[in-house]
Amino acid sequence: MQFMLLFSRQGKLRLQKWYVPLCDKEKKRIGRELVQTILARKAKMCSFLEWRDLKVVYKRYASLYFCCAIEEQDNELITLEIIHRYVELLDKYFGSVCELDIIFNFEKAYFILDEFLLGGEAQETSKKSVLKAIEQADLLQERQSDDWGGLANDELL
Amino acid sequence: MPAVSKGDGMRGLAVFISDIRNCKSKEAEIKRINKELANIRSKFKGDKALDGYSKKKYVCKLLFIFLLGHDIDFGHMEAVNLLSSNKYTEKQIGYLFISVLVNSNSELIRLINNAIKNDLSSRNPTFMCLALHCIANVGSREMAEAFAGEIPRILVAGDTMDSVKQSAALCLLRLYKTSPDLVLMGEWTSRVVHLLNDQHMGVVTAAISLITCLSQKNPDEFKTCVSLAVSRLSRIVSSASTDLQDYTYYFVPAPWLSCKLLRLLQCYPPPEDGAVKGRLVECLETILNKAQEPPKSKKVQHSNAKNAILFEAISLIIHYDSEPNLLVRACNQLGQFLQHRETNLRYLALESMCTLASSEFSHEAVKTHIETVINALKTERDVSVRQRAADLLYAMCDRSNAKQIVAEMLSYLETADYSIREEMVLKVAILAEKYAVDYSWYVDTILNLIRIAGDYVSEEVWYRVIQIVINRDDVQGYAAKTVFEALQAPACHENMVKVGGYILGEFGNLIAGDPRSSPLVQFNLLHSKFHLCSVPTRALLLSAYIKFINLFPETKATIQEVLRSDSQIRNSDVELQQRAVEYLKLSSIASTDVLATVLEEMPPFPERESSILAKLKKKKGPGAVPVTELEDGKREGGELNGGGDRGPDSSAMATSNASTPSPSADLLGLRSAAPVSAAPTSTGSLLVDVFSESGSGAPSAGVNDDGFLRDLEQPTETSDTLLVEAPGDSDSAPPSTASEDPAPPLPEADELLNKFVCKNNGVLFENQLLQIGIKSEYRQNLGRMYLFYGNKTSVQFASFSTTVSCPGELQSHILPLLPLNVQTKPVEPLVEGGAQVQQVLNIECITDFSEAPLLNIKFRYGGALQNLTLKLPVTINKFFQPTEMASHDFFQRWKQLSQPQQEAQKIFKANHGMDTEVLKAKLLGLGTALLENVDPNPENYVCAGVIQTKSQQVGCLLRLEPNAQAQMYRLTLRSSKDTVSKRLCDLLAEQF
Repeated sequence: MQFMLLFSRQGKLRLQKWYVPLCDKEKKRIGRELVQTILARKAKMCSFLEWRDLKVVYKRYASLYFCCAIEEQDNELITLEIIHRYVELLDKYFGSVCELDIIFNFEKAYFILDEFLLGGEAQETSKKSVLKAIEQADLLQERQSDDWGGLANDELL
Repeated sequence: MPAVSKGDGMRGLAVFISDIRNCKSKEAEIKRINKELANIRSKFKGDKALDGYSKKKYVCKLLFIFLLGHDIDFGHMEAVNLLSSNKYTEKQIGYLFISVLVNSNSELIRLINNAIKNDLSSRNPTFMCLALHCIANVGSREMAEAFAGEIPRILVAGDTMDSVKQSAALCLLRLYKTSPDLVLMGEWTSRVVHLLNDQHMGVVTAAISLITCLSQKNPDEFKTCVSLAVSRLSRIVSSASTDLQDYTYYFVPAPWLSCKLLRLLQCYPPPEDGAVKGRLVECLETILNKAQEPPKSKKVQHSNAKNAILFEAISLIIHYDSEPNLLVRACNQLGQFLQHRETNLRYLALESMCTLASSEFSHEAVKTHIETVINALKTERDVSVRQRAADLLYAMCDRSNAKQIVAEMLSYLETADYSIREEMVLKVAILAEKYAVDYSWYVDTILNLIRIAGDYVSEEVWYRVIQIVINRDDVQGYAAKTVFEALQAPACHENMVKVGGYILGEFGNLIAGDPRSSPLVQFNLLHSKFHLCSVPTRALLLSAYIKFINLFPETKATIQEVLRSDSQIRNSDVELQQRAVEYLKLSSIASTDVLATVLEEMPPFPERESSILAKLKKKKGPGAVPVTELEDGKREGGELNGGGDRGPDSSAMATSNASTPSPSADLLGLRSAAPVSAAPTSTGSLLVDVFSESGSGAPSAGVNDDGFLRDLEQPTETSDTLLVEAPGDSDSAPPSTASEDPAPPLPEADELLNKFVCKNNGVLFENQLLQIGIKSEYRQNLGRMYLFYGNKTSVQFASFSTTVSCPGELQSHILPLLPLNVQTKPVEPLVEGGAQVQQVLNIECITDFSEAPLLNIKFRYGGALQNLTLKLPVTINKFFQPTEMASHDFFQRWKQLSQPQQEAQKIFKANHGMDTEVLKAKLLGLGTALLENVDPNPENYVCAGVIQTKSQQVGCLLRLEPNAQAQMYRLTLRSSKDTVSKRLCDLLAEQF
């Protein structure tokens, strides 16, 4: 996989993960181009499209589009299910996930993705194992935030 | 606060995000962000040391701002500080920031690498994973340099936790993709392959991606993975849906791993071991069987996962292309999907069938679905699916169904999406040509193409129809008649006018017997379109008119009147005006015989690869598959645009010397009334003379290799040869009649020279007057070069003389030692118009040299003295003898040549494409041996050779490292002589 983009129906990028080195300008360009192309497609259309020399696989969940760019020899259907598994992971972690969860906890969305996919390849496909890794980290986190014993002074800034 | 905040929730961050979301306008958002940036900047700069939590929060805010699409130019240092925090969440945010906003600032990279190093050696699996994720996300060369050695150790160590192994495997994969030269598996290979046997499914899932990538590059080293992959696959395929617990996905056991296993097997040919192969065929059959079973769930995830495996299995079956039974079964399975209600499945079935169509075993089975596919082309609502259907029709087309398929594609073209029309046109044109049984059908098809989609008919397509009509006399009459009828339409496409003008100009006589298409009717029809056409088409029509005058003397007066009209003869376009003037003059002064010779029918075009195919190949896509089998000529290499490709442009049309190399070089030899084609051996086809292997223009000694070299190796008689001297030694200069000194070399002389570094034959130079072709051959320290001087004009060159001199270093030698000894005889001082003379140079390399010899040419054209100097493409590499050697020997010699002055290196930007085959051809053309399996990185090229000079031999080693991503090369040369290394490096840096 070369990259994954999450964007809303309004065309706002919510998460972007690049597995190939590209400059910021190019990333922005690709983002704009794909968001535009995909939003213009009708609901019943096929989930795959040829784009440059890549294949784009996308699926819409509620107000969010999940879109992956894969290479010529990669498998489209299994990529659709990669998307679905990621949605399941988010859903399980946040408890019926919605777009707002991803906006306000974008860092968590990235952490979950890193546990699931690394370097553009599936690292761990078991839902339990991925969530266990994330929850362990959260436990570490909670234990540590207890040490703070309250909020910092400039918390509201 | 509208949303949940998991974990420690940074309240300040959530407030900031809410604020941004509440902004009513873009301006308000930018204002809020600038305020935040100012705040963060002051916090970071402030005197008060920030605690870890605040740092984390601000870094996170910066990250959020960046992800909104704003530039962030600070905070990197604070993020790096977070990496060394003991607190997991701080470290985690630090790593996230680095992963997203990596900056190639080398100072920081060193700090980041330090932090990563600490975490990798911490033995805390969570920290180790974070560090590995960061490396995998950034994947920079600096990181590869720092960690490529360490990670394989972590990957195979017995005490590494499973989760760390998973991260290590994919981390290594990413590094291998960016810097393959730095990731050396060597001793780890077999242990990595055995990860396929690991008990933990997650480890296998991660490791197999790495193994697949490594196998693609080094199949031999990893080939033991085949049997391991087959047995793993077999265990999964035969397991019950509950056996694999959490690795079962919607009742499908381990779909991701299954797909990856099948993908890995596609890196290899079918297993040789009968038992392994049997087991694999069994697996494939089971997968095909399971696809037929009733679904265990109605969820689309179930069917997607199942079918993902099925499609991957079919890919493997197609890759093997050796099991007819499986191929036909695959085809039938896909046939069912063609009418599935899921658009995705229809799309994939069409795509996959396209490759099945190219297998001899399944081609017929694919053809049975023709009606369904045609129906898809007509009814699918999604253009990408229709595109696949069109591709499949193209792929399944053969002689038996060509007429039906071409007809369907033509009718689809009328409504096809603009985005795919041009490709469709090319495909129709190719199919029509390839399967034309009778050429009248072909002509009809192409004319229909122009009628339906004229705007999308590229030059190649209409050039091609003309080439075919000219080469096949059985279709010429029909073509003339059809095109005449097509031109009757009140509005016809300009491309139709071009084809019509060309064909009637050549073959209008074949239909002139019918009073309805008498010469004058034909002319009036063509001329009625004239004013609506663009300049190039008008130019072509003018040429058609002059051809008419030859074909039909009765039209002469009418046409002359047209040519004489102000709108032609005073046309503001110089090309049109010149044609009008010249044609008018030609038709008035030339005798009928001359006219007939000049305007003779076009000779057949050389049969080469269809230019349309070349064009389609440039466009990619699955349709490209069957193209290869279309190539009859089997011409290797890049030179596709040879003679067959040259369009029948209007100037070539007017003259019967089809190979006038430059179309603008003027139409005929109109300046003199001499019949141009009277001396067929010496006119026009300079190139043919230069390159014809049969060698009519070659020296009497004969060009066949043996004779050529035997002759060369004998001491040449010196009696009448002219020893070429250094400049300044003007006494022995040839009896030149021109008194002027040789001109300085042309500005482009170096560029011309560079074109010949990797090849020996071709056109060295060309202007309006003169063309110089070269053919040369070298053995050891000797070479022979034939120079062909072609007079492109119709006027005699007088006092033609040439001199060769070796400039440069010889003056610096104390002894008058020439690095090159070049011997030649003077050429004939008169070169007739259109004629070609040749000169032979015998070259001996005495010692290594950097400056190329100069070739000065002087002659009188009209009254004016022409004086030009070129560099002769004799470069040091011409005296290379290739040396084959094994990896071990190579590196031994490489080390022996390790003094700094023995090495020359350049890093430069690619000037041409980085295609492997082209690169290889160039390196072979250089004269060295291209050594396989020497460089551990298969992307690199390694060459070796010995330069033979009379005084010494110089061994040279070369390494070329392309970096496709950066479009850069690094070239390193080592030789026993510093001047040779440097010169070769300079020469070669211009070649890639």
